[in-house]
Amino acid sequence: MKLDSRIPSGPIAEKWDKHRFEMKLVNPANKRKYHVIVVGSGLAGASAAASMSELGYNVSCFAFQDSPRRAHSIAAQGGINGAKNYRNDGDSIQRLFYDTVKGGDFRAREANVYRLAQVSVDIIDQCVAQGVPFAREYGGLLANRSFGGAQVSRTFYARGQTGQQLLLGAYQALEKEIARGGVKMYNRHEMLELVTINGVARGIVTRDLITGKVEAHVADAVVLGTGGYGNVFYLSTNAQGCNATAIYRAYKKGAAFANPCYTQIHPTCIPVAGEHQSKLTLMSESLRNDGRVWVPKKREDVGRKPSEIPEEDRDYFLERKYPSYGNLAPRDISSRAAKEACDDGRGVGPGGRGVYLDFADSIKRLGAREIAERYGNLFEMYQRITDENPYEVPMRIYPASHYTMGGLWVDYNLMSTIPGLHVIGEANFSDHGANRLGASALMQGLADGYFVLPYTIGHYLASNQFEKVTTDHPEFRAAVEAVEQRTARLLGINGKRTADSFHRALGRIMWEQCGMARNETGLKQALREIPAVREEFWQNLTVPGTGDSLNQQLEKAGRVADFLEFGELMCLDALHREESCGGHFREEYQDAGEAKRNDDAFCYVAAWEYTGDTSAPVLNKEPLAFENVHLATRSYK
Amino acid sequence: MSGTMNIKLKVWRQAGPKAPGKFEEYTATEVSPESSFLEMLDVVNEKLVLEGKDPIAFDHDCREGICGMCGMMINGVAHGPSKLTTTCQLHMRSFKDGDSITLEPWRAKAFPVIRDLVVDRSPLDRIIQAGGFISVATGSPQDANALPISKMDADEAMDAAACIGCGACVAACPNASVSLFTAAKISHLGLLPQGQPERYRRALSMVAQMDLEGFGGCTLFGECMAACPKGISIDFIKRMNGDYIWGAITEKPEKVTLGSG
Repeated sequence: MKLDSRIPSGPIAEKWDKHRFEMKLVNPANKRKYHVIVVGSGLAGASAAASMSELGYNVSCFAFQDSPRRAHSIAAQGGINGAKNYRNDGDSIQRLFYDTVKGGDFRAREANVYRLAQVSVDIIDQCVAQGVPFAREYGGLLANRSFGGAQVSRTFYARGQTGQQLLLGAYQALEKEIARGGVKMYNRHEMLELVTINGVARGIVTRDLITGKVEAHVADAVVLGTGGYGNVFYLSTNAQGCNATAIYRAYKKGAAFANPCYTQIHPTCIPVAGEHQSKLTLMSESLRNDGRVWVPKKREDVGRKPSEIPEEDRDYFLERKYPSYGNLAPRDISSRAAKEACDDGRGVGPGGRGVYLDFADSIKRLGAREIAERYGNLFEMYQRITDENPYEVPMRIYPASHYTMGGLWVDYNLMSTIPGLHVIGEANFSDHGANRLGASALMQGLADGYFVLPYTIGHYLASNQFEKVTTDHPEFRAAVEAVEQRTARLLGINGKRTADSFHRALGRIMWEQCGMARNETGLKQALREIPAVREEFWQNLTVPGTGDSLNQQLEKAGRVADFLEFGELMCLDALHREESCGGHFREEYQDAGEAKRNDDAFCYVAAWEYTGDTSAPVLNKEPLAFENVHLATRSYK
Repeated sequence: MSGTMNIKLKVWRQAGPKAPGKFEEYTATEVSPESSFLEMLDVVNEKLVLEGKDPIAFDHDCREGICGMCGMMINGVAHGPSKLTTTCQLHMRSFKDGDSITLEPWRAKAFPVIRDLVVDRSPLDRIIQAGGFISVATGSPQDANALPISKMDADEAMDAAACIGCGACVAACPNASVSLFTAAKISHLGLLPQGQPERYRRALSMVAQMDLEGFGGCTLFGECMAACPKGISIDFIKRMNGDYIWGAITEKPEKVTLGSG
């Protein structure tokens, strides 16, 4: 497999402009003759589908929920970065670019990140024009807050519901285009197969989740905006339905999977409370603007009420270890520091897996009213879940799986190694390297969907000839048959364990061996255990009901089946990367707890190529060159 | 932490849109008060699956109260007994050992049952399609700060925009009216300067669409506001009615000028 990143030549600041001029265009009258499939309706998918339809393309959009507005982008709380420099605090496109490359621990592609920083300013303009009610100051201008890994205030927000408001903006644009007839929306449809003809993506196979009907859809290009794979850990901050099936099916059809081991464990989530817990809830990183993270200095104090522990007996470990960034140290670093404190026996709450996030100082300084204005809805959410009042007692938080930086490999045009298959948003790997900074996921999803893909897809369509095919083509028939067989197989095992119980088993292995800290022994153990769970899955699964109506257990089983294969790929990647970088922390490679990269041996993107169910995937490498931000050890001290 | 509870459940079971439905009884045993309501149902379902029975179908996704996917009538109340709380954010500590809980799907003609507690809420999307947007294409609009908006207006727009589209307002309304949902979108956009050019047309066409979908009329009972997990105020309905009336007086039919292209 040849990985051609197609990075344009020239100085980094001019690459995107130059590329936009050099790309081919599709004549306005010809655009409606092209059919593009978009799978997923989150920030990336909805913005891409709406924008392409506005340009005149004929678009079909697929979502497994009952409405595009349900996509999990909606749950993003804190904000979206934009290099507007409205604060006059020294921000610029160059600085956002620099922060993102550094935050990603030098494992992202420079050219993509620079473009992301460039279009970040257009996103804010676009969203305001759509009516997104960003927070404002009394003068009527937009407000900003700070986020981790940055020393400027460049984060725009809508209370603690920024993702919701941005998604509703994109959703409304999408509904506008649906009404106009430019987009045909397929709700409650799940993509279960990608169809390639002569190695080129030409369509998908879906299952109608209400009728069970398996359907083929032909297109000239396919776009996946299907999100990340954080639910491989079972417990995560993702929605219950989030899954890797679309990208994993594409991987099995030949799309390289890049850096699957780069997963983000978010430091501020509500800790696990019970054995039937189905999800972990995130508390926005923005809370770290005003909350101080601490644990008791002495192990014997962990059982005491926090209010009874005097100031001198508290360890504000982020402020102590990283004085210049303090509580706003990046996510990977903050998460590991919390784990370290708990491993040291100083964790608080049930099971000792928690640290305090304390607002007492801020409430004293700013007043409870100001704190309520900033974080009121988050405080309410915390109280609803834990039955504790964070205005009076410190929150308890612990890291949880939140975001996945890895994803399908894409070139500068966001096209995977399968011609015609484009991948956007969290589903691709391109912009965050080994760690994503806060408020950058919304930025990337919308950058890809509004401002990058609508250009690059035109170039792809204008540069290629498309043979007319129908769903009668043998490749489509074979894909439909494969989906039907797989469904029948899942329904026919008639064993004794539920899909959820296998998912929990996989999640435990992944969290223990491939979570916040990894080592060779553990990863090798996981690589022995996962195939055993998978084998039992195919012998002992039970799925009630039939395939011809709404069957949520069947949907779940299909997704777990893919996670059971994907988890192995993730461990394989983590095992091969003998260094620590960003969210990938290998215990063998550290400097007193800090990640120790090995740039000589691992300064590349690992793109895994599927070779068959019984053979090992092949590792392809895209070397990373740092010409504008010099490779250095990250320091937030 | 207090001990576990046993809960009696009476659940509406219906195999499909046209199939007859009926209540069935189940017992949820050893329920932890710390678990969420849907986690309690997960456990009941896991048991049903292992007994070879069909689990209870219900919609849910984010389980943090924002996606709007979940929702059911819990003892006759949309989203259950806790104020400002979606079904997924309801916790079992709101109930006590031995309680009986009746579960039904959203009740409204415009939301037909798909299966058990799952209903078809696609009319909500079609109401948005009728005008719940600002007609701006992706491109290069003016700088975001070129249009100052008073903090009060922005905050009020945000209050309306907080709607999660769950449909509880419809389910709670004795008339099965969708006015609160529609009014929230009309108000969100109508309070902002960007939304002014289409303001009255938007109100006319969104209201027309909600009538077309078979929702009932609003008689200001106020049940919607009480059930709304996001606390959307019924005042927005007044605003919608105002925009609708003004639109009906002032909006002219679209003029088609031949040959102008």
